[in-house]
Amino acid sequence: MSEVQCCGCNEISEEEMLKQLDNILDDYQNTTGALIPVLQIAQNMFGYLPEAALKKISVKLNKPFSEVAGVVGFYSFFSTEPRGKYLVRVCLGTACYVRGGKEVLNALKKELKIDVGQTTEDRVFSLDIGRCFGACGLAPVIMVNDDVHQRVKPVKIAELMDIYRNKENDNKKE
Amino acid sequence: MISVYINNIKVEVEEGTTILSAAQKAGIKIPTLCFVEGKTPQGACRVCVVQVEGAKTLVASCCTPAADNMKIFTNTKRVREARRNVVELLLSEHDGDCKTCDRNNDCELQELARELGINTISYQGEKTQKTIDNSTPALTRDSGKCIKCRRCVTVCNEVQSVGSLFPQGRGFDTTIGPAFSRDLDSVVCVQCGQCAAICPVGAITEKNDIDEVWAAIDNPEKFVVVQTAPAIRAALGECFGYEPGTLVTGKMVTALRQLGFDAVFDTNFTADLTIMEEGTELLMRLKKALVDKQKVALPQFTSCCPAWIKFAEHFYSDMLDNISSCKSPQQMFGSVAKTYYAKKIGKKVEDMVVVSIMPCTAKKFENQRWEMNDSGLRDVDYVLTTRELGRMIMQAGMDFKSLPDGKMDSPLGMSSGAADIFANTGGVMEAAIRTAYEIVTGKELPLDGLHVEPIMGLDGVKKASLKITGTLKEWSFLEGVELKVAVVHTLSNARKIIEAVKNGEVFHFIEVMSCPGGCISGGGQPRFTDNSIRLKRIQAIYKEDEGKKIRKSHENPEIKQIYKEFLGEPLSHKSHKLLHTKYTART
Repeated sequence: MSEVQCCGCNEISEEEMLKQLDNILDDYQNTTGALIPVLQIAQNMFGYLPEAALKKISVKLNKPFSEVAGVVGFYSFFSTEPRGKYLVRVCLGTACYVRGGKEVLNALKKELKIDVGQTTEDRVFSLDIGRCFGACGLAPVIMVNDDVHQRVKPVKIAELMDIYRNKENDNKKE
Repeated sequence: MISVYINNIKVEVEEGTTILSAAQKAGIKIPTLCFVEGKTPQGACRVCVVQVEGAKTLVASCCTPAADNMKIFTNTKRVREARRNVVELLLSEHDGDCKTCDRNNDCELQELARELGINTISYQGEKTQKTIDNSTPALTRDSGKCIKCRRCVTVCNEVQSVGSLFPQGRGFDTTIGPAFSRDLDSVVCVQCGQCAAICPVGAITEKNDIDEVWAAIDNPEKFVVVQTAPAIRAALGECFGYEPGTLVTGKMVTALRQLGFDAVFDTNFTADLTIMEEGTELLMRLKKALVDKQKVALPQFTSCCPAWIKFAEHFYSDMLDNISSCKSPQQMFGSVAKTYYAKKIGKKVEDMVVVSIMPCTAKKFENQRWEMNDSGLRDVDYVLTTRELGRMIMQAGMDFKSLPDGKMDSPLGMSSGAADIFANTGGVMEAAIRTAYEIVTGKELPLDGLHVEPIMGLDGVKKASLKITGTLKEWSFLEGVELKVAVVHTLSNARKIIEAVKNGEVFHFIEVMSCPGGCISGGGQPRFTDNSIRLKRIQAIYKEDEGKKIRKSHENPEIKQIYKEFLGEPLSHKSHKLLHTKYTART
């Protein structure tokens, strides 16, 4: 995917992204079962699923808008609200739960000063819960975007979040 | 064929048959709240559970195929208790104030609770969140009453291919409705009301206009006329305990008069008028195409059904020129009643109130369209469904069964048999053929062979081809022409025929009715409707047609009179102003 530059930063405008989504949808138009993969792609592009994108998906895949919205609302992975740059997901599957997932979650809430489903004011972090990432041997597990962090201890949460805060600060300096 | 044993009764069924269908074949009743005849079973309500010998758990009979030598029990203690439990759980979250519910005494959940002997509800828990959606002209949705059976989802998506309704969210918080649980006017909905017709409870109903109609009747300054659509007479009786398919035309007329309407007329009259206009329009289009070699939109589609019109405006805006410009019979009636008739009786248009009794919910949308004001004011003021009329008759305290037969008033009350059959799929086409044939050939069609068999019945897409011979001189361009017609009902079948047309299949005239079987099972008809009830109502309609002396629209003396006194001829300037309309593309 080519990155389009605007105003000197690395972000591309939502309008540009919608155009890119159009191109992607062309490839999926005649594929059965395309809805969920397309929603995943769109969510990765925008960081969330804006209504304009969902409308486009509905029209291009020839699926009623109510059905598209129904699928988006069913899976907790999809979000129609803008999310932070880093999505922190805490596993509360059985293994992680019994090994202290809940305490990890509480520590994150305290550290980020947000509740589950919310995003920090600076739009850097969003917090969510998950049900088993398939890494029970490493419990308790959290994921920050695609990074898996194993055997997380509540006392180490601040340190862990700092890694991402620093990354963000470095990006800004550049 | 395989053999299954249901309650020790041997039943032979084809392989792949579900347990539910096998039981129905054996005459054994299994209750269900989510099953929709002929469509993919949802297994959503779990009321249809049965016990299968050797199976660990109870199975949902609607979506479990019967297997050879399967031993099924529908009436064991375990089954009874499970069913009761399921219904109790549904009742525990259902907003169940039956006394004030639209479906009181007509509710499948209420009936099931009684059948299962539920006296108390053992579960006390959270109720479904209640939101009332009155955003559209025709339908009211009440999420608090919804039991999430998804029948409406099946009908809206699979039967109508519209897709307004879908489950939103998940778990206890699931709601059935438009995208993001918003109001119905936020998505495409054609207002056909098939969701209201199939809803087992009071979660989707027509918007109630009864009070407005009472107010008009009670206002001494208003002259209130009523028109009744052809499909009402074959279904209204069901509101009063008559068997489906009982014709109650005469009692209906008496009831309307006793309700206080100043004149009782027939939408059938304007159905005949529609045939005169729409038939002539078709012949003109054919003439333009065949003689003048002009580019003209063919095939011509019928325009009686407002849900079909809205569907085309949303999904096939490139085909709008193909739709007959004729208003529907309901709207033709409104504009004629407030002009021709008002003048005859010396009333001012503002003192006239036109009420329609329709089998349809989309008619409540149609009368509010901005185009429908050709009399100077809104042509049709209020639209009531068959069910609403039934309720008005009850409110008036009439004993419907003992009413004497009455006759429609004149001059908008006489109709031919051709108008009657507008009520069912294939009827408008047959009516048009009866008149067009006689116009083109000048010969009389014999009464005993009037039905056009290939376009009768409940097949979704019906086609026929009629060779035109023996034409009069002015229609000689049609000599030898093979007239190709198609008849479809349900909007998913409308899609099929439109796609066929776009792929080059040639037709001249296509009839579309949105509801399965046509208006006889419209969104406003008495519930519950399945194919056996549809067929009974259709039989009643054909009987009404066959019992009439005049069975062709152009022979109706009151039609001849209105052309002579008022309209001139079909497609005249006045006709165009009052009886024809335009369509607008919608997103």
